[in-house]
Amino acid sequence: MALDQSFVGRSYPPTDPYEVGREKIREFAEAVGDANPAYTDPEAAKALGHADVIAPPTFVFAISFKAAGQVIEDPQLGLDFSRVVHGDQKFAYTRPVRAGDRLTVTSTIEAIRSMAGNDILDIRGEVHDESGEHVVTAWTKLVARAAEEGA
Amino acid sequence: MTAKIAYADVEVGTELPARTFPVNRATLVRYAGASGDFNPIHWNERFAKEVGLPDVIAHGMFTMASAIRVVTDWAGDPGAVVEYGVRFTKPVVVPDDDKGALVEVSAKVAAKLDDNTVRVDLTATSAGQKVLGMSRAVVRLA
Repeated sequence: MALDQSFVGRSYPPTDPYEVGREKIREFAEAVGDANPAYTDPEAAKALGHADVIAPPTFVFAISFKAAGQVIEDPQLGLDFSRVVHGDQKFAYTRPVRAGDRLTVTSTIEAIRSMAGNDILDIRGEVHDESGEHVVTAWTKLVARAAEEGA
Repeated sequence: MTAKIAYADVEVGTELPARTFPVNRATLVRYAGASGDFNPIHWNERFAKEVGLPDVIAHGMFTMASAIRVVTDWAGDPGAVVEYGVRFTKPVVVPDDDKGALVEVSAKVAAKLDDNTVRVDLTATSAGQKVLGMSRAVVRLA
């Protein structure tokens, strides 16, 4: 069933702060096999002009996607998550995420489209630090595949 | 932010060093833990096949994280990345053997933009299939 177009433009309340820890960044960098010292060595990060170790560019997805759960699980929207695949992902950074950040995410439904029975949902997550400064915007496109015939 | 590549030294068409990233089942388990994405299609072959996939597939976000390493290793400072976006066109299928899968990534400068930034277009393939489309990064050079 097509999603309700009236949800386009709807914003959800900001999430509780997520505190970015050095060891969480290290764990993520190791999991993607990325040995860049800017992720693990505060001195190396400082030499590049950062206040503390920074996170790999895609690290923030874990935070923004959790926030998008407010949209995905909104019973009024009625998205069938069991049929959802990740279509596109984009980030635009004001600065890199770094250890010590306390980040909140505000999710907004940017677009809802229906194509060949698939529901396509664009969610924008605006990520701010504790002082209210913008850090990064994450755009996530989710595609809920059409239900199978007779299913 | 201190990229080690100078804007003036880069032309449209400049190729970045290409990389090949191996992915096996252990990689995916580890990424699941670090990212918090425990969708069973990334570690449970029975489940993956039940939902119509050929086998366990890599997290799209793992592939995205791997591909940008071509840019961050070239630029030196990962904080120099201003924008990064991809489309997930085909899954990276990861068989349960000692080889797993390979993700091959190449990249070249597609445009020189304002403020010492350049647009880099990335190509990522696995088993001959293009796994990322519209894969672009904007990076600020020195």
